[in-house]
Amino acid sequence: MKVDVRFFASLKDVTGCPGFALTLPDGTDFEGLCGALDQRLGAAALTALRAASVRVARNQTLEDPPFQLNDGDEIAFLPPVTGG
Amino acid sequence: MTNETRSASTVRNVRTDIRVQEADFSPPDEYQAVRERLGGAAGAVASFTGLVRDHAGDGPVSVLHLEHYPGMTERSITAIVDQAIARWPILDAVVIHRVGALAAAEQIVFVQVAAGHRAAAFAACEFIMDYLKTEAVFWKREAAAAGSRWIEASGEDRARVSTWTSASAPAEPR
Repeated sequence: MKVDVRFFASLKDVTGCPGFALTLPDGTDFEGLCGALDQRLGAAALTALRAASVRVARNQTLEDPPFQLNDGDEIAFLPPVTGG
Repeated sequence: MTNETRSASTVRNVRTDIRVQEADFSPPDEYQAVRERLGGAAGAVASFTGLVRDHAGDGPVSVLHLEHYPGMTERSITAIVDQAIARWPILDAVVIHRVGALAAAEQIVFVQVAAGHRAAAFAACEFIMDYLKTEAVFWKREAAAAGSRWIEASGEDRARVSTWTSASAPAEPR
């Protein structure tokens, strides 16, 4: 299956990109995705993505891991928001 | 007017207008427009405009960059406005939030609420603004002579939001 991964704000700086598409084995869960991100981006980036303050959105809705991924999911890593 | 997205919804017949855009906005025009929409139905219109400060804790700021997550950002604002509608008897709400590069003294955010009476208009306007700070999906990066940095979430903003859920929250006029 294919998922789109997106990074915002400071996490875009840490990972060096706004995101990418990943092809993963069917049945992969969030932990499996993190394993793939670790391989691709390195341990330092993964630590930043998994910081306690970072929230995860699946298809533009906040969702707390763990969860199973579905084909076509868009998974976004969001640092604490600072709008207004 | 590039990159403008609008979403409008009607909850309990309340007109809402939520805009995320690069372009500037005109508070006087929004005020005139709501008066024309509501006529004598509204006894109160409260609004708030946020501006880009020319200084931060450690010196002058030249430009603020606002990033958002198209789609999710608009939905996050709609959820905040819907909470205000559920809580106060308001008639009309407008939220405009700019994105992109903003210089010092530029307008960044606008909230306008019309209601039958002032208590609901004031409270809902402040509630929406407090939640925009802590729940709406935007990120600010500050550029100054010394370099640029992402602004960190403020504990003071979180504390303000918690007052809306505590026992000391303002009474809710009906």
